[in-house]
Amino acid sequence: MKVTIDGVEIEVEPGTTIMNAARKVGGDIVPPAMCYYTSLPGSGGKCRACLVKVAQGSTADPRPMPKLVASCCTNVQEGMVVQNITSPEVLETRKGIVEFLLINHPLDCPVCDQAGECDLQNFAFDHGRQQTRYDFERRTFDVINIGEDIKLHMTRCILCYRCTMVADQLTDGREHGILWRGDKSEISTYIQKAVENDFSGNMIDVCPVGALTDKHFRFRNRVWFLNPMDSHRDCKKCSGKVVLWMRGNEVYRITGRKDQYNELKEFICNDCRFENYDVKNWIIEGPREIANESVINSNHYEHGTKALPKELFSKINNEKWENV
Amino acid sequence: MGKKILLEHIDKPGIKSYEVYRQNGGYNSVEKALKEMKPSDIVEEVKKSGLRGRGGAGFPAGMKWSFIDKKSGNPRYLVCNADESEPGTFKDRYLMEFIPHLLIEGMITSSIALESNLGFIYIRGEYKWIKKILEQAISEARAAGWLGHNILGTGYSLELVVHPGAGAYICGEETALLESLEGKRGNPRIKPPFPAVKGLYGNPTVVNNVETIATVPWIINNGGDAYAKIGIGRSTGTKLISACGNINKPGVYEIELGLPVEEFLNSDEYCGGVHNGKMLKAVVAGGSSVPILPAELFLKTKKGESRLMSYESLSDGGFESGTMLGSGGFIVYDEDQCIVRNTWNFSRFYHHESCGQCSPCREGTGWMEKVLHNLESGHGKMSDIDLLWDIQKKIDGNTICPLGDAAAWPVASAIRHFREEFEWHIEYTHEAQKRNYGLLKSTKEFFAASVV
Amino acid sequence: MLAVKTNNPTTLTEEIQIKIREVMEQYPAGKSKSALLPVLHIVQDENAGWLSVEAMEKVAELMGLRPIEVYEVATFYSMYNLKPVGKFLLEVCRTGPCAIMKGEWLIDYLKKKLKIDIGETTVDGVFTLKTVECLGACGYAPMMQIGEYYYEHLNSEEKVDKLLEDFRMKGFNKN
Repeated sequence: MKVTIDGVEIEVEPGTTIMNAARKVGGDIVPPAMCYYTSLPGSGGKCRACLVKVAQGSTADPRPMPKLVASCCTNVQEGMVVQNITSPEVLETRKGIVEFLLINHPLDCPVCDQAGECDLQNFAFDHGRQQTRYDFERRTFDVINIGEDIKLHMTRCILCYRCTMVADQLTDGREHGILWRGDKSEISTYIQKAVENDFSGNMIDVCPVGALTDKHFRFRNRVWFLNPMDSHRDCKKCSGKVVLWMRGNEVYRITGRKDQYNELKEFICNDCRFENYDVKNWIIEGPREIANESVINSNHYEHGTKALPKELFSKINNEKWENV
Repeated sequence: MGKKILLEHIDKPGIKSYEVYRQNGGYNSVEKALKEMKPSDIVEEVKKSGLRGRGGAGFPAGMKWSFIDKKSGNPRYLVCNADESEPGTFKDRYLMEFIPHLLIEGMITSSIALESNLGFIYIRGEYKWIKKILEQAISEARAAGWLGHNILGTGYSLELVVHPGAGAYICGEETALLESLEGKRGNPRIKPPFPAVKGLYGNPTVVNNVETIATVPWIINNGGDAYAKIGIGRSTGTKLISACGNINKPGVYEIELGLPVEEFLNSDEYCGGVHNGKMLKAVVAGGSSVPILPAELFLKTKKGESRLMSYESLSDGGFESGTMLGSGGFIVYDEDQCIVRNTWNFSRFYHHESCGQCSPCREGTGWMEKVLHNLESGHGKMSDIDLLWDIQKKIDGNTICPLGDAAAWPVASAIRHFREEFEWHIEYTHEAQKRNYGLLKSTKEFFAASVV
Repeated sequence: MLAVKTNNPTTLTEEIQIKIREVMEQYPAGKSKSALLPVLHIVQDENAGWLSVEAMEKVAELMGLRPIEVYEVATFYSMYNLKPVGKFLLEVCRTGPCAIMKGEWLIDYLKKKLKIDIGETTVDGVFTLKTVECLGACGYAPMMQIGEYYYEHLNSEEKVDKLLEDFRMKGFNKN
């Protein structure tokens, strides 16, 4: 069926959401997403960052929809006309959503490991206002450990619920969840409990902000000083396809491979993520293109293999790494 | 005396018991529905009656029923929303407490129409004693053969379960209610799909308010046309209004829709006028979430017509100068009440009750409460009024469920109509800590003119 | 803030366990999680009016749920008390319609009279004061709930004093 988003006409399968229709085209017509995550069924609808205006419901019923709709969970109709950045109402509302998400956010980007690859930072940069109008005390929480490998900064959380969905989907039993309600809601285990299972590390990757961080990486480096390398290894638990974040020959952290919308297509296991910091354990495929407009790729290297450290060149073609 | 449908027998001694209820024609509609009508006939009668959902939104009940998916063959459920928590509303409690069999009869007749074999009454957890009353009524009805297996030998079976909530206003929203009924946190679901397609346990479900369901027996006994003749225009039938605040006779009243608001407010049959001989300052006509109106706009529409207790008349003028019938929670404010304080109180309520799922409501309700608290406690700035206006606008319509709207509207209407009182709180901080503002200038003028 | 175990072993009598199973059976096959809210009410009533970590773990065990599913629900609903409460929980309405009908006075008077703040318990452990949102008694304001019932029109010191005295007597008699 045909749908028009910001004047661009697209042909998509029935049952496609406005968000995914827009992503087929890409660029500015793609609404921002803070809670929706393609591979996590049930995600979306909560942050309201992706609200768009439906100027025409469908060819059959051309009336506009009375309210802005969440593009991540509204299916397209034949002949639907959607306004994203072409609607002043949408932009004004988005400004409000940024402000809401930030009033209780600590804005501690200078010391936050997520800075440089933070969805909230990008969203605020694109859609926010320069100053906050909120002059009350912000909500704070204690920083807690949830297991050996993950640190939870609840103060930074925007309650997207993604991490609970990862736990539901990838693990045999969730230990953490959403507690309390309203603006007192928090992600927690309620009592001291380690979140320990083979896939828990993916909670770090799906977190849109710096609420869940990798304890092995905390404060060790800025993401934009690191070179992301697509790499893989044989792994019994997962695909073994990861990104090594390196400086020189040192691996600073290991993540899954995120696409231009900051989403993982394949989840990786904790063995790959936390246990294999030795570069020798990996076959390096080449530099990762960080398609997202972020500080990571804005200064550092050209696309392609040009920036690959010299000593790694010979190892690109899936050769087993032996020694450097 | 207006027409009484729900409370016709309320004064009969012992009407709470099965025997007296039955002697007064109780459960006749079940017999008629099972023996003389097809389920589709019942739906048709309810459609003809024009009965609108009494929980607040006023959506036509028959229409809601006709959306239910009967083709899939999945089990269908009727869920009664007895999670009455809207400030100002206490009518369902009255019905369930004093004439419980009316709700049970309505549940049975409505379940027959929906071809459902299991129904739930989701009652707010605080109504502990009423839960027992309903359970008692259910067991009496079962003993008399109106519930259970093979009712009246027709092959139709039905069970009813009373399910308690546990203190969450949000569970009055139908999809949050269903989540809660499934044993989860009361987070509203994203719609579509609507409950009529995917409701409880993913099956087709109708959620109706207590009063709506309790009206069904009368419609079945007397016909949808007869019901449609009562009331005015598209506001057919009668409505329970729970009146409270600064009036002489607070309580629950059944009115025929179309009754002039002035009569409802002042006649001894109903509210009996503002108490202590005070002047009327403002009214919230349909539960805390509907816009508050100053006396002059409440009594007369912008066009100068007398306002009536009906869906259409109360909303005449839109949000600019009108309000809504809502759930029928009628709160009256006399000249001594402070609108800023009341708005802060309501804001605090919505902040407390926000589920926290979506960002505008989770963050915005708390922000509004804090700004209003500043204004009320003498720390406000003039710019706070515009800030509040902007926050409520950014919440309104942008949330998953209507709680966001419900939080925004009282703030918006208070600023729209009572801006001079907000400004006075800021300009005359010290005085505002000592006394209340009193009537608006426009209200004083209105009353002065009507004396002449 | 993480909660801690409080050495509150929760033993449920056979009778209560049967009651819990009966509640679970009211719901369709495979949907017994629906019983979580009513079961938490039952266990709270059995456990001196509050839900300890141990009590919630017990519920999870009886219902075949993961403990986090119980914590998530118990923390969402305001009627579940996650800290110990006094013998009688005074739940006073603070919402608009009550507030304009001496509701604010009632709260202040109770604080003064019982010499406790909201959320606190009297030293003798008899009363805990809690403010709640609209209980659906707006026409009979000001009011509070104590245990199963509502106590309404509490608009004078005499009425409040008498009510507290009645409960205090009951409270001590029970011991």
